[in-house]
Amino acid sequence: MSTYTATAGEKARPDTTTPPDSNRAKAENALGRRLVLPAIIVMLIVTAFPMLRALYLSLYNYSLTAPEDKEFVGLSNYVTALSDPLFWRDTGVTVLYMVVTVAIELVIGFIFAMVMHRVIFARGVIRTSILIPYGIITVVSGFAWQFAFSYQNGFINSWIPGMDLQFNWFGETTPAVIAIMVSEIWKTTPFMSLLLLAGLAQVSEDMIEAAKVDGATWWQRLWKVILPNMRAAIMVAVLFRALDAYRIFDNIAVMTAGAVKTESISFLTYRQTIEQFQLGIGSALSVLLFLSVLLIAWLIVKLFRVDLAAARQEG
Amino acid sequence: MRKLGTAVGCVLILLWCLLPVAWIISLSFKSQAAITNGSPGFFPADGAGAGWQNYKDVLDNPQFRRAIVNSIGISLIATLLSVIIATLAAYAIARLEFKGKKFVLTMALAIAMFPVVSLVGPLFDMWRTIGLYDTWPGLIIPYMSFTLPLAIWTLSAFFREIPWELEQAAQVDGATSWQAFRKVIVPLAAPGVFTAAILTFFFAWNDFVFGISLTSTESARPIPAALSFFVGADPFNRPASLLAAGAVVSTIPIIIIVLIFQRKIVAGLTSGAVKG
Amino acid sequence: MAAIDMKNIVKKYGDGFPAVNDVSIDVADGEFMILVGPSGCGKSTLLRMIVGLEDITSGDMMIGDRKVNDLAPKERNLAMVFQNYALYPHLTVYENIAFPLRLAKEDNKTVDEKVRAASKTLELDEHLDRKPANLSGGQRQRVAMGRAIVRDADAFLFDEPLSNLDAKLRGQMRSEIARLQKKLGITTVYVTHDQTEAMTLGDRVAVLKRGILQQLASPRELYTNPGNLFVAGFIGSPPMNFLPATVEGTTVELPFGKVEIPADKAAKVAGRGLLIAGIRPEAFEDASVVDQTRKGSTFRAKIDQVEWLGNTAYAYIPFEAPPEVLEQLQQLERDLDGETLRTQLVVSLDGSSKVAEDDDAEIWVDTSQMHLFDPATGENLTIDLERAGRVPALEQGHDPAEQVQAEHEVADRQTAAAESAEG
Repeated sequence: MSTYTATAGEKARPDTTTPPDSNRAKAENALGRRLVLPAIIVMLIVTAFPMLRALYLSLYNYSLTAPEDKEFVGLSNYVTALSDPLFWRDTGVTVLYMVVTVAIELVIGFIFAMVMHRVIFARGVIRTSILIPYGIITVVSGFAWQFAFSYQNGFINSWIPGMDLQFNWFGETTPAVIAIMVSEIWKTTPFMSLLLLAGLAQVSEDMIEAAKVDGATWWQRLWKVILPNMRAAIMVAVLFRALDAYRIFDNIAVMTAGAVKTESISFLTYRQTIEQFQLGIGSALSVLLFLSVLLIAWLIVKLFRVDLAAARQEG
Repeated sequence: MRKLGTAVGCVLILLWCLLPVAWIISLSFKSQAAITNGSPGFFPADGAGAGWQNYKDVLDNPQFRRAIVNSIGISLIATLLSVIIATLAAYAIARLEFKGKKFVLTMALAIAMFPVVSLVGPLFDMWRTIGLYDTWPGLIIPYMSFTLPLAIWTLSAFFREIPWELEQAAQVDGATSWQAFRKVIVPLAAPGVFTAAILTFFFAWNDFVFGISLTSTESARPIPAALSFFVGADPFNRPASLLAAGAVVSTIPIIIIVLIFQRKIVAGLTSGAVKG
Repeated sequence: MAAIDMKNIVKKYGDGFPAVNDVSIDVADGEFMILVGPSGCGKSTLLRMIVGLEDITSGDMMIGDRKVNDLAPKERNLAMVFQNYALYPHLTVYENIAFPLRLAKEDNKTVDEKVRAASKTLELDEHLDRKPANLSGGQRQRVAMGRAIVRDADAFLFDEPLSNLDAKLRGQMRSEIARLQKKLGITTVYVTHDQTEAMTLGDRVAVLKRGILQQLASPRELYTNPGNLFVAGFIGSPPMNFLPATVEGTTVELPFGKVEIPADKAAKVAGRGLLIAGIRPEAFEDASVVDQTRKGSTFRAKIDQVEWLGNTAYAYIPFEAPPEVLEQLQQLERDLDGETLRTQLVVSLDGSSKVAEDDDAEIWVDTSQMHLFDPATGENLTIDLERAGRVPALEQGHDPAEQVQAEHEVADRQTAAAESAEG
């Protein structure tokens, strides 16, 4: 709230480095815990509990088509999954979706952010329109692009010069993957650009002007002043989007239903559990998916040294 | 030069955002017969226009109507529950000193990153056993797995910005604790809570995985799932224009919300992630 | 209107940490009282205890003849201006000022009259319909004051109200506050860390250090008769010079040579060995511009640097101090929130002085203005207690050494707390 200067938060407390009153602190501690308790309980019920259940089921050979044949098989579901080339192919495709979409979104999102940062009038119009892809249901985006790419009813073939009008984008892996990525990128770039815009707003104009005075070109200012100072924002955006992209499901389900080797690891898991009722192996896949998301989060945090707490508390 | 670049950039952004929307609207006016025979091109060809027929068909379809009711009901209830629980938690996080504060935020973040498909298998099994399969609560509960962390994260960022010492100022001005809360804190916190609710609603409205996995009939199936089951006879040639009409209908509420609250939504989206 | 009487007020935090330690201050009805000290001295805590935002561990807080220890802020009928003004961002300027009246359920006509009157006094008429976010710092400050004056409060409390303003505005608002207080004749307690505000505004000033009241006196008394090294160093700008000194008879040996002091001062410090001499920069002068008849001593020193300001000039003369004095001076510097720089003498010379850098100049000093401090306790040995207001450490039953001990404990805790907060 703009009536407040930067010291507002700190000055609410007495002007000492004193630890708070113990009685008050104890009461505060108790109240704080009581208030977060419902949230923790609900989060545990809706995630930890099913996850433990998945862990348990993954150790059984358990199919809903033959529930009475449930038997303990130890880690063999994991062995089956991990030794199946399908699992590795889908993991590879998923990683490809993640890397390509996040990389492209980062570039386009940054350009959008720069434009939005500079634009003075029509700010509202631009912001409103950029929220539309963000707000649209992913399934709708999937349909829109599927039909756009369709040779029967779409327009893309006719808009690309020299393109075969009868080209079927969904007949082969590469074009189908491209189509899926286009839909994914279209829908999520706005989110990326808004995060980057917030980061851009935190780079001080003074610093950029100082760099100008020091003789930096536009390109040098971008790479040596603007980007390093947005590091936290960029990393948070990449982390959020990468984990989101790794879970890609909706677009694939709508556009190809996993056909022509476009299946992601999420879709494979879904197919095993919901379509084929193989809860044992499906649960093993769920656990593996969960672990791989953890691994990616860990890798990004370690690799880019993202400090989420710092990113949140600064600024 | 700089101005020109910005102007070109603006046009590009507008095209990027609105062209696909224009396309799906245009598609929704192609007649079903034209679609079956193949009707490429951005706009409906001459004589291939359907007027409002597709919209009439979609809205006359009881399954789709039911899906709208389901989506609105389920998303609203999930949003309401999440925002209430998250408001308590976010108040504690922003205002009080207590051990485990960081833990709650980390947990919310971790759960927000959770692959929802991982939950589908066990929930499918459990819901069938305890009778929640294909019911509203059967979707509302799993929706909380992503709406609640999102609401906690957004709200705690908003609440952190509230100048809490105003509460004390109000007490010095002669207010009771309750008056200070009601006349000062509530008006300041309300916009944040409202924005968090909008964002949460978007997420719930967008869900597809739970929608197709945990429902089997129209009794609880939400719009995204209903659209995907709108296959028609030939899975490789869906009733595209009809689907497009359905898609437009499902997007209208989003567009209205965006038009009215764009400023707040942007603040909510970014404050949760970058600023603190 | 009411007097505020603080009797042996203590504020202890859970681990026994005394943020405010046995402070007694009596604010007379209509008096302008300043609480001043460096950060962490407990001045804001004390103010918040007066208004009721902080619990009182022990002692009595009297407003008028009511004991208010356990009353809620609402029941104390005090008005407060916060450091950040604490304006309600969702209300207009008008409604911000009217807020306390609305809470008191005044009818619309009365509210309007009072708000208009306040806005006239504070020249806020044209801003009444605006929101605080659209106001400048000075305007926000005035709105905060407006909110205080519409009420018939028993006293005004100010918590560093000028610290967020720029220097020029601060000067203007300072005189504004002084004028308003005189006009309303209302009891006022004002917290600041700025000694200029303390000197210019206060009828009396309470100097605090680490929760302990050091001296309670008028600005003039504080300036001429500081109770200890801390008060001496805190009040005055540029600050008082502290030099190692040994006294023999009426002769004081300073790093630059020997000077003579009046016999009554000499008597008070006879046989004390190494002391710290405190001399204000204004007590010095270029010997060549001093009227020869004025009493004082002269010495020669090499000038390191001169800052000429037109009406006056500051000359800097470095000196070496023995370790026991140096240590005390460094501690003092830390107490005053300062950086430890090299030891140097600052002398204020007349603007007509021709002294230049690297000169070996003859400096005159008025030794009757010299104070001599005990290097161990910091106590002013040459104080004139008749003209020093209240110095709790020198009152009966107080042992200065004990106070030093207590202060050191607080200092250690603060350092430890600061370190653990960083970790």
